[in-house]
Amino acid sequence: MTSLLKPLRDFLRHSVPGRFGLALTAVLVIAALAAPWLAPYNPIAQDLPVRLAAPSSAHWMGTDQLGRDILSRVLFGARVSMLVSISVVLGAGIIGLAIGSLAGYFGGWLDRFVNVVLINAFLSFPGILLAIAFAAFLGPGLGKVILALVVTGWAGYARLARAQILQAKEMEYVLAARSLGASHLRILIRHLLPNILQPVLVQATIAMAGAILAESTLSFLGVGVLAPMPSWGAMLNDARSHLFDAPHLVVFPALAVMSAVLAFNLLGDALRDWLDPRMRAFLVVTSLAR
Amino acid sequence: MLKFISLRLLFALPALWLILTMVFLLAHIVPGDPVQQMLGEGARAEDLQQLRHALGLDLPIGVQYGRYLSGIAHGNLGESFRFQQPVTRVILTHYPATLELAVFALFVCAAIGIPAGTLAAEKRGRPPDHAVGVLTLFGLSVPNFALGPVLILIFSVLLGWLPVSGRGGPSHLLLPAITLGAALAAILTRMVRSSVIEELSSDYVRTARAKGLSNAAVLFRHAFRNALIPILTILGLQFGTLLAGTIVTESIFAWPGVGRLAVQAIEARDYPLLQGCILLIAVSYVLVNLLTDLVYAAVDPRVRFE
Repeated sequence: MTSLLKPLRDFLRHSVPGRFGLALTAVLVIAALAAPWLAPYNPIAQDLPVRLAAPSSAHWMGTDQLGRDILSRVLFGARVSMLVSISVVLGAGIIGLAIGSLAGYFGGWLDRFVNVVLINAFLSFPGILLAIAFAAFLGPGLGKVILALVVTGWAGYARLARAQILQAKEMEYVLAARSLGASHLRILIRHLLPNILQPVLVQATIAMAGAILAESTLSFLGVGVLAPMPSWGAMLNDARSHLFDAPHLVVFPALAVMSAVLAFNLLGDALRDWLDPRMRAFLVVTSLAR
Repeated sequence: MLKFISLRLLFALPALWLILTMVFLLAHIVPGDPVQQMLGEGARAEDLQQLRHALGLDLPIGVQYGRYLSGIAHGNLGESFRFQQPVTRVILTHYPATLELAVFALFVCAAIGIPAGTLAAEKRGRPPDHAVGVLTLFGLSVPNFALGPVLILIFSVLLGWLPVSGRGGPSHLLLPAITLGAALAAILTRMVRSSVIEELSSDYVRTARAKGLSNAAVLFRHAFRNALIPILTILGLQFGTLLAGTIVTESIFAWPGVGRLAVQAIEARDYPLLQGCILLIAVSYVLVNLLTDLVYAAVDPRVRFE
């Protein structure tokens, strides 16, 4: 246990933004996990007599156009956001890691096809555009949002994994493992993967912010999660028609999305600086290419 | 140079092909019957059959794909249900508004990002640098669909300075352009900062300082000029991202461009129109990237040999 805690303590001592990001992330995770106990009301229960009520002691963040409690919806919205972003990062990360590692390790025509045709093509136009199209055609729903974002999000990881494997496979420990008779699969999983995981973890942290943004964007456009389920993006979309009479409808979900994205951006930036300052330039370029 | 251009063109082809194919396949992954969805639940069987035949959806998928590609080669993207007009005509009439917004947003980004980044680099490690750092982090974290309504709330509803929505004079452009460009302005500020810092620590800057040039002359006549090359590249590459961002921004501000058209097409289940919008934005993105690379190679010969 101490071996796990020490790097964490080092990291927290090293960086103020990292501490702030980790704290925000912790708040977010707690909100998501404990939403049913923290939320003062049922997030989908309508109470029309108090519709569009301003923040008060009964409803800390006010109520929306159907009289639903905004605080409860923001808390349950964190659930949707976290569920989607974790699934997307895991799904896209594993697929990207597998494709990129195989291409980088085996090289040859497989590598050329994956790198030049697949990865280049997927990275050469904005993923969110394809995700919107995908989600629009598939129809709204939690699973479909995740699917759309995984399909359009794996290429960034694949490029990073490929580049890392290309470097790592020339190392002497790989040669040593091979001369001891280790299989390709064993070399890839037991020797190479642990050595390229650090930058992939940094990329995954920053990608959490991207996934939260993407989910909210899809929900904002009406092709995200299904209607009564609270999602920050959908809440902002509903709020647009009440800008004049109930501005609090905009403010709270906007703050929620912003803090969630900020949390993972801060955490990712700090992790990157802490793990390897030289990674910076490379990651900036790959994240821009998304 | 010719070799570089042809190679770069060749690399753009898989991307274009992938976009075309994806957009084609999208219409075929719709759960259930797209024709049924277009006509609604109570549609008669012969109407369904007739529309299916009119759209060519009763043909084998390979034949449909061939027809689709040859249609695109002839500039034919099908007919929009909602507008009862060819998709090509509908999207081309909405395209200028989108370009206008994206170009203006790019100028707003440059107007914010270049001075802010230069300032942060010059005052590196001091309060102005930290302030710029915090602001860029916020710029990166505020999604456009949250920023847009908040800006409307402040500048249109509370202060009454700028119009809420629609297309008109420059005052109509300002809020959508800031909404669209905020994230890019933040990215640009970071890039400008790091590239000016890099130039400021190079030998020729030390020489310039040694011969007694003023701080401003070193910064603007020497360091900034050289820092401009990567900055221009980022601006070019990000122009395409701006085009994609118009989908959200245009629908917030009721801006009559391709982005809002795409949202309307989603709502009306006008699949040919949606395909057309996505295709237009994606192809513009690929072409802008291509153009940026070519300009970059023309300006900086080192790129060609990599």
